[in-house]
Formats: sequence, C-alpha cells, structure tokens
Amino acid sequence: MSSAFLQYLFSGLTIGSIYALAGLGFSIIYNASHVINFAQGEFIMIGAMATVSLTGLGLPLAAAIALAVAATVLVGAAVARFAIMPARGASPVTLIIITIGTSVFLRGAAQVLWGKGYHALPSFSGDTPFVVMGATLLPQSLWVLGTTLAVIAGLGWFFGRTLYGKAMLATSCNRLAAQLVGIRVSGVLLAAFALAALLGAVGGIVMTPITFTSSEAGIMLGLKGFSAAVLGGLGNGAGAILGGLIVGVAEAMSAGYLSSAYKEATAFAIILFVLLFMPRGLLGQPGSERV
Amino acid sequence: MTGKRRLERHSGEAVLALVLLALPLLLPNAYAYDIAVNAGFNAMVCVGLNLLIGYAGQISLGHAAFFGLGAYASGILTTRYGWPPLAALVCGAAGVGLLSWLLARPVLRLRGHFLAMATLGIGIIISIALNTESWLTGGSDGLMVGDFSVLGRTLSGDRAWYAVVAVLLLVTVSMSRNLIDSPVGRALRALHGSEVAAEVAGIDTARCKVLVFVLSAVLASIVGSLFVHYAGMITPARAGFMRSIELVTMVVFGGMASTYGAVIGAAILTALPQLLTAFEDYETMIFGAIMVGTMIFMPRGLLVTLAGCRWLPRRPAP
Amino acid sequence: MTLLRVSALSKHFGGLHAIEDVSFTIRSGTIHSIIGPNGAGKTTLLNLLTGIYRPSSGRIELAGQPIGDLPAHALAGRGLARTFQNLQVFTNMTALENVMVGRHRHLDQRLLPSLLRLPGFARAEAAAAERCAALLEFVGCGAYLGADASAMPYGALKRLEIARALAAEPMLLLLDEPAAGLNASETAELDAVIRKIAGQGITVALVEHDMKMVMGISDHVLVLDHGRKLAEGTPAEMCSHEAVIAAYLGTA
Repeated sequence: MSSAFLQYLFSGLTIGSIYALAGLGFSIIYNASHVINFAQGEFIMIGAMATVSLTGLGLPLAAAIALAVAATVLVGAAVARFAIMPARGASPVTLIIITIGTSVFLRGAAQVLWGKGYHALPSFSGDTPFVVMGATLLPQSLWVLGTTLAVIAGLGWFFGRTLYGKAMLATSCNRLAAQLVGIRVSGVLLAAFALAALLGAVGGIVMTPITFTSSEAGIMLGLKGFSAAVLGGLGNGAGAILGGLIVGVAEAMSAGYLSSAYKEATAFAIILFVLLFMPRGLLGQPGSERV
Repeated sequence: MTGKRRLERHSGEAVLALVLLALPLLLPNAYAYDIAVNAGFNAMVCVGLNLLIGYAGQISLGHAAFFGLGAYASGILTTRYGWPPLAALVCGAAGVGLLSWLLARPVLRLRGHFLAMATLGIGIIISIALNTESWLTGGSDGLMVGDFSVLGRTLSGDRAWYAVVAVLLLVTVSMSRNLIDSPVGRALRALHGSEVAAEVAGIDTARCKVLVFVLSAVLASIVGSLFVHYAGMITPARAGFMRSIELVTMVVFGGMASTYGAVIGAAILTALPQLLTAFEDYETMIFGAIMVGTMIFMPRGLLVTLAGCRWLPRRPAP
Repeated sequence: MTLLRVSALSKHFGGLHAIEDVSFTIRSGTIHSIIGPNGAGKTTLLNLLTGIYRPSSGRIELAGQPIGDLPAHALAGRGLARTFQNLQVFTNMTALENVMVGRHRHLDQRLLPSLLRLPGFARAEAAAAERCAALLEFVGCGAYLGADASAMPYGALKRLEIARALAAEPMLLLLDEPAAGLNASETAELDAVIRKIAGQGITVALVEHDMKMVMGISDHVLVLDHGRKLAEGTPAEMCSHEAVIAAYLGTA
C-alpha cells in the first residue's frame, strides 16, 4: 500500500512540477497585465516539439534544447507584441478570446508544422529507474524536479536581486508609479511573456521523455497550469508552485485510488472548487474592496 | 414610438424570412443543404448564447456541453429505451434546465475571467463524463441515433430538415427580439450597463443572470436534441472545449448584443471551414487568426461595426 | 408623518468608522438635505439607506417598516429610489429604455408573455413607454426622446437618472450630488425640477455641496462630519450654527 502511495506521490510531484512552472507563467503574465494567458500551454508544447524537431534534424540535445527555448521565447514575445498590446484596455471577455484565439492559432500552426502524431525525446540520463522504498523513480523525474528547482531559484534571484526583475515587480504593484519613475512598462509586458514562454518551454522539454508530446498537448497542460495558479492565488509565485504540486499529486492520487478515467477531471474540479469557495486561493491576499 | 419599433423589428424578421425562403434556390446539392442546416442549428444556439454574452455581459466557455447533454439525452432515451423523440427532447431540456439552474447561482457570482474559467471547467468535466461513461454514451466512438418522428410522421431528408430548421430559427430570433424589448430583456441589458443601478431599480441581478444562463442552456439542449436526429449520431467532441470556443467565436464575430449578428456569425463561421477545405490543414490556424483579428480590429463584431459605418443608414443595433 | 427613521446607524470598514451612531428622521412631504465636508460619509449614508451596504449596527425604518437588512433590489418595491454621484446610466441603452428600467417593478416580468409578446403585454409596454416619455419631458430631457444614452451630454444624463428614479413611483427619492458638475443655469433648472417633484408629494432627500441651492430649497438640513451627525435643523439655523461653520471653514 505505502509503496503504491509513494509511487503516486513521485509521479504526482513530477507532473506537478510542470504544472508549477506553467502556473508561474500564468502568474507572471497576470501580474504584469491582468491578462489570463490561455496560450501558456502552447508555450510548453512548442518548446517540446521544437526540441524534437531539432534533434530529428541531427542537432545534439543540448543545442536543440537551447534553440528550442530561444524559439519559444521569441514566440512569447510575438504574442505579447501582436496579440496583446494592440488590445490594451479591452474588456476581460475580449482579452480572454484573444488569448484563446492565440492558443488555437499556435496549435494550428504546430499541426501544420509537425502533424498530429506523438513524439518523444530520449531521457537525459538513461532509463534505469531508482527504487526508493518500494517505489520506482525515473532518472528523468529527477531532471524535472531538479530543473524546476533551478528555475525557481533563478526566478528568485531575478526578481529579488536584479534591477530588471525589481522593475517588473514594481510595475505589477503599481503601473502608474512605475511609469513615473521611468520604467518602460510596455517592455515589462514583453518580458513577462518572454519569461512565461521560457518557463513553459523548459517544463515541456524536461517532461517529454516521460510523457511524450504532440501538437495537441498544450491545451490540457495550459488549463492545468491555470488550475495551479488559481489554487495558489492568482499572481502569487509561491502559490503557483504550491498549487502546481498539489494539483499534480491530487491527479496522481485520484488516478491511482479513484478512477484513472476521471483523472483529467481532477484539475478542473479543483478550479471549480477554488473559484466557488476560495477565489483568492491558498496564498492570495484577502482584500477589502473600497467601493 | 413603439409603432415605429414594431416596423423595425418585424422588418428584420421579414428580411430573414425572405433570405431563408430564397436560399434553397442557391443550394446546388445535398452537401450545401447540410451546411445550411448546420448553420441553422448553430445560429439558434448562438442566439441564446448572445443573450448571455452580448446582452447580459456574462460569458460561458462551456455551452457546447449543454448542447451535448441534450443530444445525448435524446440519443440515449430513443435508442436504448425506446422513448418517442419528442418526449426525449423535452426530458433532455428539463434535465439541462435543472442542471444549469443548480450550477448557475454559485457560478454567476463570479466575474470576468473567473467566470470564464468556471464555465470552462464545467464544460470540460461534462465532456469528460460523456467520454468516460461509455456503457451509457458509447464513449469516444459515440452513439448512432435514429430519425426524429412525431405523431407517426418521420422527419427525414434535406429539404424537410431545412424547412423545419428555418422555421425554428425564425421563431427563435423572433422570441429573442421580443425578450430584448421587454422588461426582462431590459433588466438583462441594465445589469450589463450598471449592476448597482439595476439593483436599485428593483432588479434582482443574481436571479436575472441565472435566468438568462438557464434559458440559453435549455435552448442549446433543444438544438442538440434536434441535431442528433438530423446527423444520425453524436460524439463527445461535439460537447467539447473547442466546440464551446467555436460557439463563442460565432457570437463575438457576428456582433455582440445583436441577434442578427449571432445568426450571421454562425452562418459565416459554419460555412467557412467547409469552403476552405482546400486549406483544411490550415483550418485551425485560420480559425485562431479570425478570433484574434476580430477582437483586435472589430471588438464589437461584424454587424455592429458595419452598422457604425458611414455608408449604412444609421439605426440602433438590430 | 415620519417617513424615514434612522436610529444609531453605524458602518465600519475594518478599522474605518465611516458612519458612527447617526440618528435622524425625515418627514414625508419635505425636502431634506444632507451636507458635510468631503469624507463626512454622505455617500456612505445613502448607500446604507439604499441597501448597497449593510449596517454594522443600528436601525433604518421606512414608513414604519425596518429595511436595514433588505437587499438593494427589494427597496424599490418599498418605495425608495435614488440617483448616483458618479453617473450610473445604462449607456448601452436609449434614454427612454433607461427610464423604463426605472419602472421595472411595475412592469410585467413574466417570461412567457415576454417571449411571445401577447397583445395585452404589448399594450402594457406601449403604455409604459408613454409614461416614461412623459417623465423625460418632466425633467427637461424631452429633446432626447429617441436618443442613445451614450450620446447625451452630462447635464442631461444627470436629469435622466432623476427621470429613471421617478419612474419607480417612489415615496422617498434620494439624490446624490445632483448639482455636481452643473453650471449656474443648469443648477437653476435642477432646482425647479426638484420643487416640481416635491410638489407632487414625493419626499426628497439630497446630498449636496452647492450651499446656495441647499439653503434655498430645503425644509430641513442634516450636517455630517467625520461620519457623525454634527447638527440638524432648518437652513437658517445651520447657517448660524458654530460647529457647522467650524467644520466647513475651520476654527480661527
């Protein structure tokens, strides 16, 4: 019993790390612009699929990864520049449809480029699983967890120690004040999308050896990333991480103990629960509105 | 004052009736009829969805699920349990009415993207259930369903279905226009304009939102029930996320807060993929581009933007 | 007779005591003004009276019935209507439709007759439209009969809100800074409209900064300062009341 539990826990934490990265992407963009970026999942997919393509063309893995991440970051910046910026100040419904449309567009483009089949990447350091207290742990899972931790540490350094990161935080706190002290806020929007694309791509790449990828993979991943962000408290980075891990583990546990058929519904049930009963999420600030 | 309005309102319906009467002359083959009938089904769902999105200012990214529930209810009850189609349709509509009513009250307390995501979640959970409970629904393979018949007479064939859908579309449009121009309809539009002022005027805005949500869900269910007899089958994809997005796109593309806009949006976006079969591989990309492009360049939709054009006579959005 | 009775009303937002222990009455058939420096809590008081805020403590009674716990949309049925300081016009509708929304509680809200537009229903709608058109004339907005609300100038919109509030046939009409943003001639027109309204037997309570209008039109004045009642009485009494003068002008 307990080894099965550990098994679910490991796989839950692994996939949960990807959700955490996606959730961070949502939070960063939300903080910079109050936009919910439905295309976040496509960033994950593009990073993975691009890597597959490039290794298929003969590039060594490391180079392929670097190029794929760079390409995804460019896509993210393009989305910010051509889809979001022209619609500054539009109503929430309009913005939602724009980002959904962007996600549909990117998925369509991926289908044209790469077809609809599934693709895999070789595991970074072999497939021999470790056995920990009766549960198996793939080396790739360690890559996922390790990369996620590294990325989070990197973000912490970026937002806490660099001038640019602090400028982004300032903009999300108070846009007008940030402009008044000379911060280029449109640049912040671009940077937020680029950063979210980076997070998505990295997550997608380390995950592909375990779960495969396809041009359709983005939708569900994106929505589950949103679930993570909302659970943790939209806009809260630590919350997104916590939320991602919880969603991942909850999914694995419900697949293991309840029904694998309804596994996919777990994340959405969580979204509904959070939105209806604790809309501020686990770590969000309780606000009192000034009417 | 209302005499003039009555003329305007009926003139729109008269134009629509004429178009519907004349259209068969332009339809060369069964394939074209199929597009027209499907456009009609979509248009009816969109008219209801437009009341929710365009007039009341809410949003639903899960409406295809209600369409699917109506379709599956009709399919299952007629195929497995031998129910008469009309009874199955009514039962499906009643079930969807109850479900949407139970969901609406808590969910419609949310606003903006939170409401969008909640409706998205509901829609996806329903479509997952439809996919999973294959003992009942046939799973991802779907369900084969027989013809629609009532009082011993069977409805089959292109022309018969076209006639039925055309009449039903006219009725739906007419009722929607009646509703918009009534106290209930004004209450819906008021809550979109200023919720606090609507409340102070005596409008229970929470109840209004629930009403329009349930109404549009029940309409989607009825259309779904009819569709499944027309198409002869139903799969879970018809209740899925992408279908919900397509419906919302039709509403916003055609024109928010415009009944005829919803009809036109549905017609164009149903026909377009068929006309673009040469570009079939690019269909998804084009759809996405249309969604983004419309919202950036014509955020109020085609019809409302055209109505604001200098070269067309100035009148309030129909 | 006493139309509105407010007893020991308080509203706290966390640590902020927006309204603290306010008590007053409004007699029917009078024009009652509520004045006070900025931040005194005047709009908060109106929001409490119209059910937009729930009181933290205290009682509100309208025509002898307690209304403090009622939701905002129930109060129109009790005879209360209001306008807003920051216009809350339905810009997505025509001027006439705005007024007709005000009449909502008197109109047929049943779904089926609305969908089918039965002859009796259509007649009732036409009658309501005529009545609301007359109200537009009454407040001086007759010129905007066929217009979209979004096309109307500011001063006309302020009067449109009054027409909308009157359409509910209220016993008590609450006006929140109706003269804000109006020039001298528009203010004089507003003054005339308010007198006409009072002349029809509707009790009017207004929150206002325009002292000339307040002193000229009011039967009774209530002065708030920092959420508390500072003084109340006739306009003449308020003009010579020391504490009131001090609150507005400061002490020497």
